[in-house]
Amino acid sequence: MPKINLDKERVLKLTGNKIGDEELRKTLGFLGTDVESITKNEIEVEIFPNRPDLLSEEGLGRALKSFTGKEKGLKKYSARKSDYKVIIEKSVGSVRPHTACAVVKGLKLDEKKMEDIIEIQEKLHVTYGRNRKKCAIGVYPSENIDFPVSYKALPVEKIVFRPLDSKKEMGASQILKFHDKGKEYAHLLKGKKHYPLFVDGKGSIMSMPPIINSEETGKINKKTKDVFVECSGHDFRVLSKALNMVVTALSDMGGSVYEVELVNENRKTPELIPEEMYLDKEYAESLIGRSFSDNEIIGSLERMGFGASKKGKSFKVLIPCYRTDILHQADLVEDVAIGFGYNNVGEENERPETPGKEDFREELKEKIREIISGHGLVEARNYNLSNKDFQEKYFGRGRIVGIKNYLSEEYNSLRYNILVSLLKALKVNKHHDYPQSFFELGKVFSKDSSEESGVKEEEALGVVFCGVNANFNLAKQHLDSIFSLLGLKYELVEGKDVFMIKGRCGVVKFKGRNIGFLGEISPGVLVDYDLDVPVSGFEIVLDDLFGEF
Amino acid sequence: MKDIVGQLTGLERKILPLLVKQDFEALELARKTGLQEVEVLRAGQWLQNKGLVVIEREEEEIVVLDRNGKEYVEKGLPEKRFLRALNEGATTVSQVLKKGVSKEEINICIGILRKKNAVIATKEKELSFTITEEGKKILKQKSLEEKLLEKKFPLKEKDLKAEETHAVKELLKRKNILKKDKKKTFTLKATDKTKKSKELKKELSQEYEEKLTKEMLRTGSWKGKEFRAYDVKSHVPRIYPGRKHFVTEATEYIKKIWLELGFEEMTGGEAQSAFWDMDALFVPQDHPAREMQDTFYLEGKAKLPKKYLEKVKAAHETGGDTGSKGWQYKFSEEISSQVMLRTHTTVLSALTLSNLKKEDLPKKYFTVGKVYRNEALDWKHLFEFHQVEGIVVDPEGSLAKLKGYLKEFFLKMGYTDVRIRPAYFPYTEPSAEVEAYNPKKKEWVELAGAGIFRPEVTKPLLGFECPVLAWGMGMERIITAYYDIKDLREIYKNDLEQIRNAKMFIKK
Repeated sequence: MPKINLDKERVLKLTGNKIGDEELRKTLGFLGTDVESITKNEIEVEIFPNRPDLLSEEGLGRALKSFTGKEKGLKKYSARKSDYKVIIEKSVGSVRPHTACAVVKGLKLDEKKMEDIIEIQEKLHVTYGRNRKKCAIGVYPSENIDFPVSYKALPVEKIVFRPLDSKKEMGASQILKFHDKGKEYAHLLKGKKHYPLFVDGKGSIMSMPPIINSEETGKINKKTKDVFVECSGHDFRVLSKALNMVVTALSDMGGSVYEVELVNENRKTPELIPEEMYLDKEYAESLIGRSFSDNEIIGSLERMGFGASKKGKSFKVLIPCYRTDILHQADLVEDVAIGFGYNNVGEENERPETPGKEDFREELKEKIREIISGHGLVEARNYNLSNKDFQEKYFGRGRIVGIKNYLSEEYNSLRYNILVSLLKALKVNKHHDYPQSFFELGKVFSKDSSEESGVKEEEALGVVFCGVNANFNLAKQHLDSIFSLLGLKYELVEGKDVFMIKGRCGVVKFKGRNIGFLGEISPGVLVDYDLDVPVSGFEIVLDDLFGEF
Repeated sequence: MKDIVGQLTGLERKILPLLVKQDFEALELARKTGLQEVEVLRAGQWLQNKGLVVIEREEEEIVVLDRNGKEYVEKGLPEKRFLRALNEGATTVSQVLKKGVSKEEINICIGILRKKNAVIATKEKELSFTITEEGKKILKQKSLEEKLLEKKFPLKEKDLKAEETHAVKELLKRKNILKKDKKKTFTLKATDKTKKSKELKKELSQEYEEKLTKEMLRTGSWKGKEFRAYDVKSHVPRIYPGRKHFVTEATEYIKKIWLELGFEEMTGGEAQSAFWDMDALFVPQDHPAREMQDTFYLEGKAKLPKKYLEKVKAAHETGGDTGSKGWQYKFSEEISSQVMLRTHTTVLSALTLSNLKKEDLPKKYFTVGKVYRNEALDWKHLFEFHQVEGIVVDPEGSLAKLKGYLKEFFLKMGYTDVRIRPAYFPYTEPSAEVEAYNPKKKEWVELAGAGIFRPEVTKPLLGFECPVLAWGMGMERIITAYYDIKDLREIYKNDLEQIRNAKMFIKK
C-alpha cells in the first residue's frame, strides 16, 4: 500500500480545522487510512488501494474537511467550455488507444505546489495506474503548446526529441535504452513498431507516453500558470477517473478547469458530473446491523463526501467524480458505516448456536502425534518447499512439482516426501548429542493430471532415528506400536526404496495397497545430507487410513 | 555438623577419608579413588559449600605442543630431516621431497641452515643443495630444541632449566610448534573442623545402605538398616520427553478456541487455481497481489470449475446478477487457470461457500492453515506461514454482529480491549482492521483483518445472497509474541534443544 508524506499545515488549512496531533491520528484512522507518524510538520500516512483520490494533500484535506463536518456533502467541480481539441488518430489504436485530457488555468505554482503535482502524478502511476501500464499521466505548461494537439503513433525510427532531463535530442529507441525513465518503462512498449506521441499544432513532440515528456514543451516550472493534463492508456473509464483525481486536486489548488474535446471520440473531458446510485435503506440497516434515521444515513454519506437525498424507501446518492471504488450498494453501506463511525456502530451479541467440529483427518493426525510423542520422539515442522534437483535425483523427473518463479534454488519445488525434510532436520542438529529421533506430519506433493490443480496432495507421516543403534528393527517396533494403538494392521513385505539400503527395506502395505516404506537409510543418502551417523526410519501416507474409522 | 555428616553423598564419602589424612591435587585424588577428575572436583565443591573442605586453585604457566610440534616429536625437526636427506645423497628439491620432507618444511629449513652455514645452495637448472662439514657436525649432535621435544609435555614453565628456557624461546619463534598456556591446578584440603570432627570419623566408618534391593525386601534384611540421606537440593540431570513442536501446540490452542465457539474446521489443498485463490474472491486480474514477486506460481494449468466459472467471470466483467457494476474488464480464463500456492486461507472459505446449501445455514467455519508468499527468507519474512481464519454464514449477519464475534474471539485469545477501524480488502465490504489496545505501549496495535464478504463473492458461489462475516490473522505473530522470538526463521529451524526446551503453550 502506498505511503505518502504530507505537509501537515497545508492539510489542516485545506481542512479548515485546528486539530491536535492525537485527534488527527484518530480521525484519519477512522476515516480509513493507516497513520504511520505525525510530526511537527508532516503527516506520514498509508492510503488503501481503493482510495487513490486520497493520495494528495488536496484529496486528503477534502476528505477530512467533510469527515469532520466542516463542509459536508458533494463538493461540486465543473469544467468550463473551451475550444481546446485533442485529435486522436487511428494510429494509436493498437498501441495505447485512449486518452482523457483537460486544461487547468490560473494556477499560482510555487516550488511546493510543483512538487505536489509531480508527487500526485507519481503516486497515481504506482497505484491506480499499475506502474503506468493502465494509466500514465502527463502534465505540460499549456503556454508552450499550440492547439489542436494530436495523439498519434509514429514508427519508432521516426521519433526524435529531447526527453526531460536530457541535454540533447534522442531517438525513441535510444531513449528506451539509455534514459532512466526509458529503461524503467521500456517493457510497456516492448514489441511495438509504433510508439504513441502527443504532438502539438506546430508539430513539436510534447511527450512519448507512457515513458517521458519532452524537455522543451513538457516541463512545468514555477512560472507556469496554465497546464495541459493528459492521461493515456487502454481503458477510457480508468483514464477519465485518473484525470478527475488530478484536476480536482488542481482545482483545489486554485486552478480553473477547462474541458478538452477529444476529436474522433465524440466526447469532452474531464467528465466531472457525479454518478448516481440508489441505496436501499433496509439493505444498509441489515448489513450494518442497526436502524438509522434518514438523517443519520444522509449525514453519514455527506461526511464521506457524497451527495444524498431521500427517494421513496431509498436514497439517491451522488458519487464524487474522483471516487473509483463504488461498484455496489455494499460500497455505499461501508461509507455509511465509516461516516457514522465504526465505533458508534453497536455490538450485537446474539448469535446462532452451532456445534464445533474438528476435521476428522486433523483429529486422527492429533492421535498419531500423541502416540509418537509418547514414544519419546520430537516433532519437527519443516517448510513444504524443497530443492528440485535433489528430489529429482532420487525420485526422478516428472513427479516433482516445481515452482515457476522461485527466489531461491533451495526452495524451488514442493516436497515429494517427508524424509527429505527430516534428514535436513538431522543435518541441522549435528552439533547436538545422539541419539536423536524426529517425526513430522505434513503434506507431500506430486504431479497428477487428474486433480483440478494438477497437484496431488497427501497427508504423510515420516519418522527418523539417528544414532549408533538406529536400525531396521527400531523403526519396525515403532510402526508396529502405531498401528496397534490405532487398531489397524499393516504388512511389511520385502521391497526397495531409493532412500534405503538394499535388503534392509520393507514396503508398508495396508489393505493390499503400498502406503510407504521402512528401513535403514542408504549411506549415499547420508553423505548427501552430510550425516556421519546411521539413520533408520519410515514414511507412510495416511490418506488410506482416514477411511478406516 | 551432624546434619551435614548424615547427608554426605557417595562421591563425598569416597574422597573425604583420604583428605582427612593429607591434602591432594584433584588429578592425583582422582587417580587414587578411581573417579573422574570432574567428579572429584564436583564432590570437592559440595564439601567446600558445607565447609568441610577448601579448594585452592593455582594457575601455572605451561608449555604445550602445537600442531607442528606434535608432528616433529614423531618425525624429527624438519631441518634435521633435510640435512639427513642431503647426507643420503639427495641434492635437488624434488629429490629431497621424495625423502619425505615437504615443500613447506624445505622453505622453513633453508633460512635456518644457511644461517648456520650447514648447506650451500646453488641454482643451475634446478635449485640444489649440498651439505657442508658444519652441516654434518650438526646432523650428528642433538640440538637443545630436539632435547626439549623429547621431554614429556606439558611442561611447567617454572620447572624449566636455563638451556630449556632458551630452547622454548627459539621454538616459540617458529610456526605452530609450541604454545604457551595456563593450567589450573586444584588442591583439596580438609579443614581443621573436618579433621577434628569425631562425628565425621564415626560417620565415615558407619555403614549406610545406598540402595534398597529386591533381596532386602524379600528377606526383610532392611529392618534396622539406615539409608544414606540425600541432599535434596542437589542438581539432577535434565530428562527430555518426546513432544510436539511448539507450532503444533499453538495451533491446538487456537483450534480449541474456535471449537469452543462452535466453528467447524475447513481443510483443503495448498496448490490452488488462481480462479479459487483470487477470482472467486473478486480480486481483479490485474491486482498487484497476483504479480510474480508476490505469489508462487506452479508449473501446469488448472481445470476450471464449469459450475462457477461463468458466474464469477460475469461478476468481474459486469457484476452479473450481483447488483454490482463489476470491474468492467475482459476476464481471462488463461489467468484463471494459473496454478499457485495459496496466498491466503480465504481460498478455503470460498471453496466452503461453493459447497453450501441454503438449508444448511447458519454455519460457522474456521481454519488454521499454511499459506505462501513469494518472499526471500529473512528475519521478518517467511515464504510459508500460517493463517487463522473464521467465517460465519448467517442470513442475519451484520457488521454489528461481526463486532460481537470479534470481541468474543479475541477475548478468548487474551485481548480484553479490541476495536475495529476501516480497512480495505478486495473481497470484503465493509472491511475492518481489528486492533487491540496495548496497555504497556499505550497504543492500539493491529491484530487482524475482518469484514463482510462482498456480494460479488457470495452470490456466484452460494447462488443466493447471504452476508458472510469473516476475520483472520497470521498465526506466527501469536507464536513470536508468546515465545518472544525476534527472528521469524527461529520458528522453523527445528533445533532439537529449542523444541525440547520450549515452554508448553499455556494461556488462560
